[in-house]
Amino acid sequence: MVGKVRKKLVGKGGGRVDGRKPNDLRPIKIEIGLLQRADGSAYIEQGKNKILAAVYGPREVYPRHASLHNKALIRCYYRMASFSTEERKSPAPSRREVEISQVIKDALEPVIFSEFYPRSMIEIFVEVLQADGGTRCAGITAASLALANAGVPMRDLVASCAAGKVDSQLVLDPNDVEDKEGEADLPVAFAPQMGVVTLLQMDGLLSKDEFDQAFKLAVDGCKQINTLQKEALRGKYLAVGAAGGPGQGEKGG
Amino acid sequence: MLFVESRQWVIPGDLLAKGEYTAGENVYKDEEGFYASKVGLVDFENRVIQVIAVHGCYLPSIDDLVIGKVLKVGLSEWVVDINSPYKGILFVSGASGRPFDSRRDELRDILDVGDVIIAKVLEFDRTLDPRLTIKGRGLGKAESGYVVKMTPTKIPRLIGKKGSMIELVKNRTGCQITVGQNGYILVIGKKVEDEVLAVEVIRMIERDAHTSGLTNRVGEFIGKRK
Amino acid sequence: MGDSSEVISNIERKRILELLSRGKRLDGRGVRDYREIRVERGVVEKAAGSALVSVGETKVIVGVKVEVGEPYSDRPESGALIVNAELTPLASPSFEPGPPDEYSVELARVVDRGLRESKAIDLEKFCLIPGKKVLVVFVDIYVLDQCGNLFDASLLASVSALMSSRVAEYVVGKGGEVEAKSKYVPLPFSSYPVSVTMARIGGDFVVDPSLDEEMVADARITVTTDKDGNVCALQKGGAGVFSVDEVLEAIDVAIEKSEELRRDILGV
Repeated sequence: MVGKVRKKLVGKGGGRVDGRKPNDLRPIKIEIGLLQRADGSAYIEQGKNKILAAVYGPREVYPRHASLHNKALIRCYYRMASFSTEERKSPAPSRREVEISQVIKDALEPVIFSEFYPRSMIEIFVEVLQADGGTRCAGITAASLALANAGVPMRDLVASCAAGKVDSQLVLDPNDVEDKEGEADLPVAFAPQMGVVTLLQMDGLLSKDEFDQAFKLAVDGCKQINTLQKEALRGKYLAVGAAGGPGQGEKGG
Repeated sequence: MLFVESRQWVIPGDLLAKGEYTAGENVYKDEEGFYASKVGLVDFENRVIQVIAVHGCYLPSIDDLVIGKVLKVGLSEWVVDINSPYKGILFVSGASGRPFDSRRDELRDILDVGDVIIAKVLEFDRTLDPRLTIKGRGLGKAESGYVVKMTPTKIPRLIGKKGSMIELVKNRTGCQITVGQNGYILVIGKKVEDEVLAVEVIRMIERDAHTSGLTNRVGEFIGKRK
Repeated sequence: MGDSSEVISNIERKRILELLSRGKRLDGRGVRDYREIRVERGVVEKAAGSALVSVGETKVIVGVKVEVGEPYSDRPESGALIVNAELTPLASPSFEPGPPDEYSVELARVVDRGLRESKAIDLEKFCLIPGKKVLVVFVDIYVLDQCGNLFDASLLASVSALMSSRVAEYVVGKGGEVEAKSKYVPLPFSSYPVSVTMARIGGDFVVDPSLDEEMVADARITVTTDKDGNVCALQKGGAGVFSVDEVLEAIDVAIEKSEELRRDILGV
């Protein structure tokens, strides 16, 4: 079998394909409350990732028989738009999207005070408009802000970030090519105030020491992202004249 | 010990205080201290810490005045949208003074889908949807007007201390305004222009709810327009 | 779904009709006015072309992908155009996740007809190996915020995305393999179809219905025209009816408004 020698992704000085240093996050831009119909929404750009999150609820459960008597039912749907990837993807959900929907739900549910709303439902929708590695992490970061925007009571925000190993170098926030061609990928979600991990996955191969370092790197990345989340919330609600603030008021039925 | 100042913006997870306090609205307590559970303004009164939230859904309370919209007509009750995860249920007994005979009388003659009602919450707990009544003074079906939706957390600001803010708006715009605790507000004016003005004022109050000097600014705003 | 968002209150219905009888609308627009329209192209760099359009608060994003595929058996020398629409659950409390329902299929097919019948894309240019390999143009419509009039927003977004699309040049080798060169060229696009949707409320027409107006309307009509003012697609929806005169009037209004949209929004 003739192998193709792949180009090095991490240079001798630690320089990465997109010019970043090993511990650099991609540039992040956040916008909150941009959708009119959703109860809460947030949009994030992280490198080339472009992801929109929306929250509906608490609201009536459907189908009714899924209702929980003592707390809100939390549902999450993570989907990638057909044009979000290099090759067009069928709009129907893949197994990967179904799995990621589940882990995102598990990343956010621990901070939500679901017991305040028995027999109701909170739905979280994450739509990836452009994907470039680490979409589940960026999705969680955005979804957490959408929940805050919707006024869902929470113990904490959740921030998410991945670490990886590429060309034997541990890196923070791998992009698509680093994720695909690298030796390991470790997405983590972290609730900074509570100091707890709510999402943890890994694929690849890491020694115990490498795992320790990569894990700490990812958690640190989460903390940095949490700072950006707070800035975005502050920017939304503290804008001049509070005009950028809470709802313009909506018409009732 | 307080870690924030009064009227400071907080977000979920922010540590507000440690020590002998009571957790009010949108504040939770664990072994370490008191934390905010929503985005909003922190407020202290006596030793109660609360957060006046920017957003939130409506949870019914007994005796609340609410504005609702009929969604469904059932066999002996109406299902009403009251801007809450829990739909309001209005039984015939809570609607009509006359005895209701299911063989002759039609529910739709009393209230039909799409009708707007001013109601009171009779009962509500975690196991049952809220029960409503429209029997009583000031309650019943709305024949005209405009319904504005506001986040329920700002309703107290719209009403003001002892109703001062809402009275100001009513008097100066000449509109009848019924404020539902659930965030729906019914505005009835003699002229459409009056209603439009009242709606704009209500939206201004919602937007600037957390600022001071709002009462004066509202007065000025109406003064310029009328 | 019986969601509260789908029931409009009777007093609001009354208010809308009352205002219309005086030629006015709830948001102050004239009966023939569009809400503010914004177009942002190239929002998704990985797509061949893309556009995010907002009409008032309605927001739709379209991504175009061009890939090598097989032709339809009845059109062996023609490229293919496939239009798909997703009413994402982010856009409305009454949109559920799942496969396209009749509303998203109708939306996709109306946009498809507008693009296809106006011959906006010359699919004959997209044939690589007759009968075997052609280029397939995928137009994927994702509705992000439903605040009324998805038809016009979707076609505007689709046309804007196609207008700014870039396609690789393909070369057919001696052995019949197809290879994409690294050179990109603009996707050949013309005719610039534009749709104008009108809702019939009482006896009146309103152009670019808002969400409330859609809920009160008894019928709607979408008229799609090309750059020369030819009618290339029509769609009547809703359970109500139109008189013959009303239809003719709608077409006149559409031709006039679509010229404005073409000029002001598409810049052609």
